Amino acid sequence: MSELISELDAAGMHPPVGPVDATHGILLYLEGVSVSFDGFKAIDNLSLYIGDGELRCIIGPNGAGKTTMMDIITGKTKPDTGRVFFGQTIDLLKLDEPAIARIGIGRKLQRPTVIEPLTVLENLELAMSGAKRMRGLMTTRLSSEERDRIAAVMDQIGLAEHGGRLAGILAHGQKQWLEIGMLLMQEPRLLLVDEPVAGMTPAEMDRTAELLRSLAGSHSVVVVEHDMGFVRSIADRVTVLHQGRVLAEGRLDELQEDPTVIEVYLGAGDAYH
Amino acid sequence: MPLPRWLFSDRAGLVLLAVLAIIGVGVPVLNLLVPPDNPLHLTAYTVTLIGKYLCYALLAVAVDLVWGYMGILSLGHAAFFALGGYCFGMYLMRQIGTRGVYGDPMLPDFMVFLNWKALPWYWHGFDMFWFAALMVLVVPGLLAFVFGWFAFRSRVSGVYLSIITQALTYALMLAFFRNEMGFGGNNGLTDFKDVLGFPLHADGTRIVLFALSALALAGGYLACRWLVSTRMGRVLVAIRDSEDRARFLGYRVERVKALVFTFSAALAGVAGALYVPQVGIINPGEFAPLNSIEAVIWVAVGGRGTLVGAVVGAVLVNYAKTWLTGALPEVWLFALGGLFVAVTLLLPYGLIGLLRRREATT
Repeated sequence: MSELISELDAAGMHPPVGPVDATHGILLYLEGVSVSFDGFKAIDNLSLYIGDGELRCIIGPNGAGKTTMMDIITGKTKPDTGRVFFGQTIDLLKLDEPAIARIGIGRKLQRPTVIEPLTVLENLELAMSGAKRMRGLMTTRLSSEERDRIAAVMDQIGLAEHGGRLAGILAHGQKQWLEIGMLLMQEPRLLLVDEPVAGMTPAEMDRTAELLRSLAGSHSVVVVEHDMGFVRSIADRVTVLHQGRVLAEGRLDELQEDPTVIEVYLGAGDAYH
Repeated sequence: MPLPRWLFSDRAGLVLLAVLAIIGVGVPVLNLLVPPDNPLHLTAYTVTLIGKYLCYALLAVAVDLVWGYMGILSLGHAAFFALGGYCFGMYLMRQIGTRGVYGDPMLPDFMVFLNWKALPWYWHGFDMFWFAALMVLVVPGLLAFVFGWFAFRSRVSGVYLSIITQALTYALMLAFFRNEMGFGGNNGLTDFKDVLGFPLHADGTRIVLFALSALALAGGYLACRWLVSTRMGRVLVAIRDSEDRARFLGYRVERVKALVFTFSAALAGVAGALYVPQVGIINPGEFAPLNSIEAVIWVAVGGRGTLVGAVVGAVLVNYAKTWLTGALPEVWLFALGGLFVAVTLLLPYGLIGLLRRREATT
């Protein structure tokens, strides 16, 4: 069994790079990033900067490249050209998905992806960060400190009463919160949140907005969302993506007056409701 | 000593272990102590048959670990079983010594027959029990690790991976059929005499091999049950249900997969090594793709992702096979295919799933 454990340690479970350095106030840099799939330019010379502790919303019509951009930041897709840096020093293009996750970038997938046969508590445990995590994989117990951390996150996402329930039987909105909770267990500096309120009731949306606002400041949060009401309720700064590049950036009420933005959204006008 | 919680909460597993303990003691008693004219007497044939089922059950547990928990449908697991069998068969061949037909002290009969003058390099060391026993784990494990390393790193998954595993066992079968490989060609390895000095045909030896099979199954089951109850087990389920989620949580999915696949292959190797001295032969037919598919069917019938179901399925399906191939040999393959279709359509969680549903409704 010690062979198994040493193999896991050899599996590069420790962060491969130093701590993130955001001394210039910017946590995430994308500069001149392009990627094409079979000739289709999904991302076209995109430059984007996310401030430390900022809450940024990204909107744009279907096919604007929002999910591809998330794929690039999290290492799933490698761009053809461009630079992607986490803080001043960490070149994200040199890292793969697990390494990027471990240096503090958490991602909520578009479809809520929790592990349904596991309980809420087990899902959070699965996501728990810590250098000892992999060595600790060969155990069946939680330390009291770990229990406290999980309890704190369950509180934060409003699932304190549901620790023993299977994730698969949670309501849709609760699954979304659980997934956000899983990101929090990773202790990330940057949260990438893809469509957090899709399919939610207005009450659930309000709670989600509150949750995401409470995370900003101590984390940078990037939210991709279609629901304009929700975007208005959480973000100061909004970036509009269109055809793989930044079309406009600013406060939502300014953007809604911007003729180029209005043009892009013609025919997708229902997004403004 | 109180039971650890991971085992205490595993009721079906405790039942399985109790049953294994009962037959582990009961079968030897019924064979050795009950006189042959008593209707309760078990013949040596029956003891070996049950021993064989136990080896198959261990193979099924190995399949269930990778398929049921990690989502890798291996259609080549019998290859690891056969490799373990060949490793132990090589030891048994070397034990024959001068008692072979040609009486050569070094070379097995088939090599003398092929006019070989010296033992191939890879046959050295297999005259020592400890070395052969080690190779039973190392050879299947190493193949699984190398195969898994490349396949999982290239992110081959789903049906593509299943096809490659099937190709792997097929390629091994063709290779082992060749006389030049030095494993006895299509005859394989047979005519074994004894193991560690004990004659294989003696009742006592058979009983010990049987008991070892029961022990190996219990040990393999416990190891897998423990593994899936640790945090590692949760990681496996996460990989099965959402590989992307596991990656974005920071897990090196391909390494976890390669590791568990290797462990599973070594378990299958142990099963094969215990199987060979009981049936007295290992030949390339054990690599046949159908064998691996059958192992998957055992798991599906018993209930995937339950470990206990794998054991139940392996024993029941093989009992049916023994009975049907005796009574209506031409029907067996149709029955097997029909069984797989029926289980997939009607019992997606297998027999264990059926029991759980009963329990939930009462």
